[in-house]
Amino acid sequence: MMWRSPTLAVGGTILIAVITMSIAAPWIVPYPTTEQHMLDRLKPPGARFVLGTDQYGRDLLSRTLAGARPALGLGLGAVALGLALGVPIGLAAGYVGGRVDDLVMRVVDAMLAFPSLLLALLIITALGASTGHALLAIGVANAPGVARIVRSASLALREAEFVLAARVRGERHLYVMFGEIFPNVLAPVIVEATLRVGFAIMAGASLSFLGLGVQPPTADWGLMIREARQYVFLSPWPLLVPGTALAVTIVAFNLFGDGLRDRLGAT
Amino acid sequence: MIPSPLLDIRALSVQFQTLEGPLRVLRDVSFEVMPGETFGLAGESGSGKTTLGYTILQALAPVARITSGAIRFEGRDLLSASEDELRRFRGRRIAMVYQEPRSALDPTMRVGAQIAEVVEIHERPRSGVALRRAHELLELVNIADPVSVARRYPHELSGGMQQRVVIAMALAGRPSLLILDEPTTGLDVTTQARILELVADLKRRVGAAVLYISHDLAVIAQVADRVGVLYAGELVEVAPTGDLFAQPIHPYTRGLLDALPHLDGMHGLTPIEGRIPKLTALPPGCVFAPRCRFAEPACTAATPPLESVAPGRHVRCVRWQTVIATPRRSTQAAIAPAPAGRDVPLLEFEHVSKRFGGAGVVARLLGMGAPPVRAVDDVSFDVRAEEVVALVGESGCGKTTLGRLAVRLLRPTAGHVRFAAPNPTDAQIVFQHPDSSLNPMKRIGPSLARPLVLRGLRGEERRRRVRELLEAVRLDPDTSARRPVELSGGEKQRVAIARALAMGPKFVVLDEPVSALDVSTQASIIRLLTELRRALGASYLMITHDLSLVRHVAARIGVMYLGRLVEIGTAAEVFRAPSHPYTRALLSAVPRPDPAARGRPIRLEGTVPSAQHPPSGCRFHTRCPQKIGRVCEEVEPPWERASATHWIACHIPIAELSRDSKETGP
Amino acid sequence: MTRYALRRLASIALILLLVSVIVFAAVHVLPGNAATLILGEYATPEAVRTLEREMGLDRPLLAQYASWIGSVVTGDWGVSLAMKQPVAAIVAARLRNSAFLALAALTVVVIVGIPLGTLAALRRGRPVDLAIVTATYVGVSIPEFVTGLALLLVLASPSVGWFPTSGYAELTSGVGAWARHLVLPAMTLTIVLLAHIVRQTRSGVADVLAAPYIRAARLKGASTRRIVLRHALRNALLPTITVLALDLGYLMGGIVVVEEVFAYPGMGRLIIYAVQNRDVPLLQMCALVVASVYVLANFAADLAYAWLDPRIRYS
Repeated sequence: MMWRSPTLAVGGTILIAVITMSIAAPWIVPYPTTEQHMLDRLKPPGARFVLGTDQYGRDLLSRTLAGARPALGLGLGAVALGLALGVPIGLAAGYVGGRVDDLVMRVVDAMLAFPSLLLALLIITALGASTGHALLAIGVANAPGVARIVRSASLALREAEFVLAARVRGERHLYVMFGEIFPNVLAPVIVEATLRVGFAIMAGASLSFLGLGVQPPTADWGLMIREARQYVFLSPWPLLVPGTALAVTIVAFNLFGDGLRDRLGAT
Repeated sequence: MIPSPLLDIRALSVQFQTLEGPLRVLRDVSFEVMPGETFGLAGESGSGKTTLGYTILQALAPVARITSGAIRFEGRDLLSASEDELRRFRGRRIAMVYQEPRSALDPTMRVGAQIAEVVEIHERPRSGVALRRAHELLELVNIADPVSVARRYPHELSGGMQQRVVIAMALAGRPSLLILDEPTTGLDVTTQARILELVADLKRRVGAAVLYISHDLAVIAQVADRVGVLYAGELVEVAPTGDLFAQPIHPYTRGLLDALPHLDGMHGLTPIEGRIPKLTALPPGCVFAPRCRFAEPACTAATPPLESVAPGRHVRCVRWQTVIATPRRSTQAAIAPAPAGRDVPLLEFEHVSKRFGGAGVVARLLGMGAPPVRAVDDVSFDVRAEEVVALVGESGCGKTTLGRLAVRLLRPTAGHVRFAAPNPTDAQIVFQHPDSSLNPMKRIGPSLARPLVLRGLRGEERRRRVRELLEAVRLDPDTSARRPVELSGGEKQRVAIARALAMGPKFVVLDEPVSALDVSTQASIIRLLTELRRALGASYLMITHDLSLVRHVAARIGVMYLGRLVEIGTAAEVFRAPSHPYTRALLSAVPRPDPAARGRPIRLEGTVPSAQHPPSGCRFHTRCPQKIGRVCEEVEPPWERASATHWIACHIPIAELSRDSKETGP
Repeated sequence: MTRYALRRLASIALILLLVSVIVFAAVHVLPGNAATLILGEYATPEAVRTLEREMGLDRPLLAQYASWIGSVVTGDWGVSLAMKQPVAAIVAARLRNSAFLALAALTVVVIVGIPLGTLAALRRGRPVDLAIVTATYVGVSIPEFVTGLALLLVLASPSVGWFPTSGYAELTSGVGAWARHLVLPAMTLTIVLLAHIVRQTRSGVADVLAAPYIRAARLKGASTRRIVLRHALRNALLPTITVLALDLGYLMGGIVVVEEVFAYPGMGRLIIYAVQNRDVPLLQMCALVVASVYVLANFAADLAYAWLDPRIRYS
């Protein structure tokens, strides 16, 4: 089923590879990620260090493999949080309608008025910089967008005849929302969620690059690039290796999400 | 000299490329349209009729391929023409009018400019000439005040007016062939009557040939000179209109005509068994054989050719002689007339009104608010136990709103809805669109199980009851494992009915239950509904715009206009004089499937007023052909008693109404 | 139309109010507060309390919010804790710099992006389209800081030296210098935005081309050129405007990262500075300004959309 669509196939394959890497990292890294080799700093790819070394002589291959974990964890976790917050709010707002919907949507609009990075920054300011706070910040920043989409789907379905039939049967509101409406909202939500993971990973990497996300000495792609910045003219590899890893992973999520969208019927 | 055909289609076959393989949408279609004649192409959904329309103009989607055949227009071969040559034909020699007028119009361009565009494309006129021609054309399609209408945008016009604009656009190039694809679907009966009148009129004035494509045989009977019947991609019969309706030869044509409900309430509604084959799984030999009572082994061995059986008549059937010799079925097995109902009112509307929207008081004082939509205004009537009451009227009359008020989906703004059954859920509803009646994400079994869960049934008992329900609506028990998307329209509607039944209702609102279904399916659903009603001892409130159907099914009929009830009586009474002027117009506008009965319908000027600003006094006075004077504008009409069961809301005395209207039945 | 505008205006006002509440709330969940920041870690509790009272930090949150909003509206934007200068002046200068950057990027994006997207939609499925789609995919998926640093690497390395690696030069010191400092950050922004706009325009135009009235126009005998120019573009323009407005928000987010990479003294860098220093008055105003610009830009887009779409304008 999956392999008929090229976008789905390519995206899916890359994702499987990335996920496997992140899980298997601790066992397959050639060097410990924090081990420094002061004599071999900023080396290009070679026999001993397959992808080169960074400014402290740490193996780039190992650090990049290990960096998959915080990237995926942040991305998936943030989107999961966004869904957990956004879906119930959106469902309820769309279903209840009226004043409640108006109010909730105004708040959502206000939150969407912030570029999401800015919103995340505000939250980091309040809580302090760490991986967990970055996840929370990006997740909360994602919630309004999810709520919006779910709400318009819910609103559209509210007057659908099968929903009306349920109400005439005397079903309770909670059942109508979650038993009748939600299964029909699932498809667009899944597509949206998959696409958002890509952007969440990007946001997480950006926060780490700014020093406001993952903290050293953890191996994280954004953080690696931050640390490599001053030495970029001495050796491009500490920039290029994690940078490529980031790009490839995000492309994979986008491809997979687009493939899903086509497959599930272009919602 | 024998005139040569204007449009000559020979052995045309068209295929669509899909993921599941090639879809043979049209197979070996051959017919001609002579200059100046109207050729009616009749077919149900899946017959390929729309594809045919697009194929002629080579405007098919990229996935479609013409696999064989020829199309000649005015002697020229269209299939081998280049894109440039085709462009000179389109809009100029051949023009097409669509089903959904709204969708053919660019929403960001004024309508006058869109009509003028046709002239600009083909004639490169001097400035101003194109727009002037647009005004002339708007007048030609009977639009009063063409200059001001030309400056409007599509969304500012009513459905009927949009369709006229699209027709004007089609006429702008002075075509010799006009292709009309379901031009009146979605329009009200009275509006449809005017459009049909216009089409007939235009034919006389402009002299163009018309290819009229429709699923509605009654309409085709009214406009066409010759008819072709399309079934599942094949042309099965071609004949002059009078001959076809008087003596249909092909079993499918006969079946279709027998399935139509006759306005006399006694003939028709005979279902055709089986369903239209999927284009991916066509039966061998004759495509109609699986559903044909005359089928024999020779029919499935090879596809019968279209042969000439009489002057001008062609049939694709090897057993046609036997078919002619067998009497028609429409005179048999009429539906048993609906009972008069017990005396006990089951559901009562007492001075019920319903308003929607409308800004708050403050906003309206500031001149910023919109007034509410008065969907239902002071309606009173009742439905008795074991009775069928029909509510007819055109779009915007409030009948759907009343239906929803009856099942508590809406609360009345004023008045009361009284329901005399023990539980509120003893009132159920079946909706119009089978596609949206069922939750697309749920399988049929769980969908049917839900109401049973609410009634407290568990486990094996519940499963048994689901099977019983499916049986009651004549569906296979294995349907419960399927999803709605795998079912046909008729099957989905049966499930919707079963689901409503599962609650064991005493009262069911049927909101246009068969409008979205094919003619051949409508008959079986109606029969099913009638049987079930009797078995349950329930009452129906049937909401529909289809007057012919109502005569067969209902004991009493209420006619609505712009939120008000204007007439109510038994079925026989409503269809006879005395009638409310609106009822009279409505009945005269219903097309009969009888070419001999081409009457001139009563013309209703203007359009239905907005429900936000209903006219004062009698709501119908702005369009009433029998308006008597100021009293109609200022005073609400009283209820006049024509009999114990027949009431009419009008200022004209009953005696005069009886005298004026003739028998409006068949 | 006026009614529509007034209603949107009322809605905007409400949103701005909510935005200010969000900004205020987010910042004031701080564990420490401004007083402890100013006095430092070793301050005595009494000193902290005195300063708090002086600064009004001991009042209920609602009162603090009210007085903050009051001063914002009257033009008193407070003093930056870390820079010790009036916030208004700082923000004005930085806003102007960011505006240069944004405008440079937007101009290129509109001039190049919309035609490219239209081309892709017209030649859907063909090589040109596939090439464009692939390029935009990549453009959308690479984080700005990676693109920026890569550009730095290639175009600003000491050996090549075409562009400076960072910083900013005032217009007054010469257009050349000013422009050279602008190029790399603008290019980075442009790449990402271009990818977005091209994708959106492509799908917008493709949707319009699939519309029934386009088919009807073809049946009238209209040529492709006429269809595109007279019908398709006008209808596709509507969603494109919405997208541009949405992208403005993206632009602002992207600006933060890009300015940081190139040490460009704009609003983005200012915000980072404020975050790192927990400079509450500065951060509050920056966030408020940025969000307001976004909201107003969307409002303008709404009005433009309403004016162009006859269904809204004439209702």
